[in-house]
Amino acid sequence: MSYTKRVDGRKSFTELRPITAKAGVIARADGSAYFKIGNTAAYAAVYGPRELHPRNKQIPTRGLLRCDYVMMPFSGMGDRVRPGPNRRAKEISMVTQKALDPVLDLQDYPNAVVDVFICLPETDAGSRCAGICAASIALADAGVPMKDLICAVSTGQVGDKVVVDLDYAEEAYSDGPVSDIPVAMIPSTGELTLLQMDGEISKKDLMEALKLVKESMNEIYEVQKNALKEKYPAGGDDDE
Amino acid sequence: MSGLTINDKDVVVPGEVLAEGMDYLPSHGTYRLDNTIRAGKLGLARIDGKVIKIIPLSGVYSPRRNDVIICKVFDVLMSGWRVNTFTPYSAMLSMKDGTNEFIMKGANLTKYHKIGDYIMCKVVNVTSQRLIDVTMKGPGLRKLDNGRFIRVNSHKVPRIIGKQGSMVSMVKNATGCRILVGQNGVVWVSGEPEMEILAIETIKKVEKESHVSGLTDAIKVFLEEKTGKKLETKAEEKSEPEGEQQ
Amino acid sequence: MMMSESRKHITEYLKKGLRLDGRKLDEFREVSVEYGISKNAEGSARVKIGGTEVLAGVKLNIGTPYSDRPDEGTLMVGVELYPLASPEFESGPPSIDSIELARVVDRGIREAGAIDNKALCIEKGEKIWIVSVDICPINDEGNLFDAAGLAAIAAIMDAKFPKVEKDGTVNYKEKTKNSLPIKKRPIPVTVWRIGNELIVDPINEEEKSADARLTIASLSDGIICALQKGGDATLTVEDVDKMTDLALVKAKELRSKLGGKAK
Repeated sequence: MSYTKRVDGRKSFTELRPITAKAGVIARADGSAYFKIGNTAAYAAVYGPRELHPRNKQIPTRGLLRCDYVMMPFSGMGDRVRPGPNRRAKEISMVTQKALDPVLDLQDYPNAVVDVFICLPETDAGSRCAGICAASIALADAGVPMKDLICAVSTGQVGDKVVVDLDYAEEAYSDGPVSDIPVAMIPSTGELTLLQMDGEISKKDLMEALKLVKESMNEIYEVQKNALKEKYPAGGDDDE
Repeated sequence: MSGLTINDKDVVVPGEVLAEGMDYLPSHGTYRLDNTIRAGKLGLARIDGKVIKIIPLSGVYSPRRNDVIICKVFDVLMSGWRVNTFTPYSAMLSMKDGTNEFIMKGANLTKYHKIGDYIMCKVVNVTSQRLIDVTMKGPGLRKLDNGRFIRVNSHKVPRIIGKQGSMVSMVKNATGCRILVGQNGVVWVSGEPEMEILAIETIKKVEKESHVSGLTDAIKVFLEEKTGKKLETKAEEKSEPEGEQQ
Repeated sequence: MMMSESRKHITEYLKKGLRLDGRKLDEFREVSVEYGISKNAEGSARVKIGGTEVLAGVKLNIGTPYSDRPDEGTLMVGVELYPLASPEFESGPPSIDSIELARVVDRGIREAGAIDNKALCIEKGEKIWIVSVDICPINDEGNLFDAAGLAAIAAIMDAKFPKVEKDGTVNYKEKTKNSLPIKKRPIPVTVWRIGNELIVDPINEEEKSADARLTIASLSDGIICALQKGGDATLTVEDVDKMTDLALVKAKELRSKLGGKAK
């Protein structure tokens, strides 16, 4: 059977769910953001650059980026997510760090650490991507030198169609093959900093998916940019 | 001029295109990517002739030699004290730089400065590994007793001090508080409780509305309303741009 | 943002009837309650007290009852102090502070009998509802005890049972209109002693300077349903007398923030 209409009613296969983003939502953090796409929402808080403990983790030539991703216990449909060490969350923390690090310039902060904490109150697929988008805004908000933001969204295949931004219902589609491909990208160069896949896809469809998702990244960049510009209005002079 | 994709004093985000073509030169906080100049951090884009740079709006303070900053003692050693600079790097205050008094060999340095004390000091040296030395020898440098401390965005310090100290002087006059502003964004306020609260509220207002033009007048009105007293605007205040005295 | 103020300075302010931010000693910052902030939770709420912000969510599962209480469902309350919310929270296993916070909120709700556990029974000895309440601060600017307690009650009030199919499986995608069997709505108010003065709703600096605190949970009729003393210093009986009076007045104010939901 052909996948003709998206489960949630979106008109096009490359349409993203509605996105809202806000910068500076956690006053105690050095930088912070909230990013919501469809029913997946993520908070990110950045602390740092700050002193790094334990000492043996310090790098004398640059600052270290550390990421921690966690889902709130009530965030998922169905079962409660038990708090505590969680392998999936640890893996996502690691790929998040790898997705963000390439754009950061931490040379001016030897031996220091930039900590990024991501928490999700609500998940409906695409959670690691939402976390990365939120973290990006938060890092910029914190004034960390970075050559670009990082945009992330999932792409993949549902049945016989290549789609962008799968929600939970599409991930669970049972009338055909499904592949879920979270992608993170540097928007100015198109370079990928995160690429994973669950499911099955042909090489041809994979290349098609990667091509389609690139256009979505620009849309996400605009949302992230606006979130930052809303918090930092352009201004008058320093003198009177 | 053609080539520019933004205006002077626009707020720009990382990766944003500032200019196209080869006419412009990247400077602090910007970089060249192929045919474009892009922002390398969140900040205010400033165009000076053909050079584009970014003034940061947020981010941790970077200690520079001769900056006057407010630090907090967190360790007492044999040869001096270690102080928190409110950056990722602590600083060393050596025995000789900590006080003008003669210190006996083997004396307990806690007598002079103890853990938790706040001091106004000057940055003497910063190494590439960010080892920082500070001194308390110099005009206006001293321990800060009484009063309250708040932290502000270090990038807003110039605005809070104002041109030739005009902004902070106005707050001092209106509230009768002593106010010292460290380049590292730590501010000391000392006076009557109600006035301390007003001074802090005003400083936070300046920090929040730093982008608004005509801010000095707006703050003058704010202070006059809150105190019920008219303020004379003192045209020139003779004071150092970094930390204020008394 | 303020830093660690000296206790001496704070006490000077208190003698003049002032807090560090200009409030009166018995004054709360602005309190707001928002319901239904997380769609996948069976019930959820966001509480803000000044800059302190806390999310709470309720999850409902069917499980087996304890053998000594075969006709009662269970309620558990947890608190996660994510490092996101404050530079003073660390990653890793729960700190004693988060455990204490969870136990105090739990005591105020569960021991107070807020929920009719017997009404959570589906089949005696076989099937009961397990109610899990999780509280997650997003930004800690002081007074997490009261914010967490209020958020937990609000989330419980917001909760609706999911549909249970004929074969006994739970269909989380469909919510019924049935609320949890709430008997009472306990509201905690923590009163703090700094020197000889009592305050409510402290900011971080005031919490650090405090000698002792007493969390008092109370019901709409003024009955006290939970107590917890914390802090290193002692409390006199007179202190307790004054603190409970203050807490009962403040609980009424907080209760009005819950809005028209349920009772």
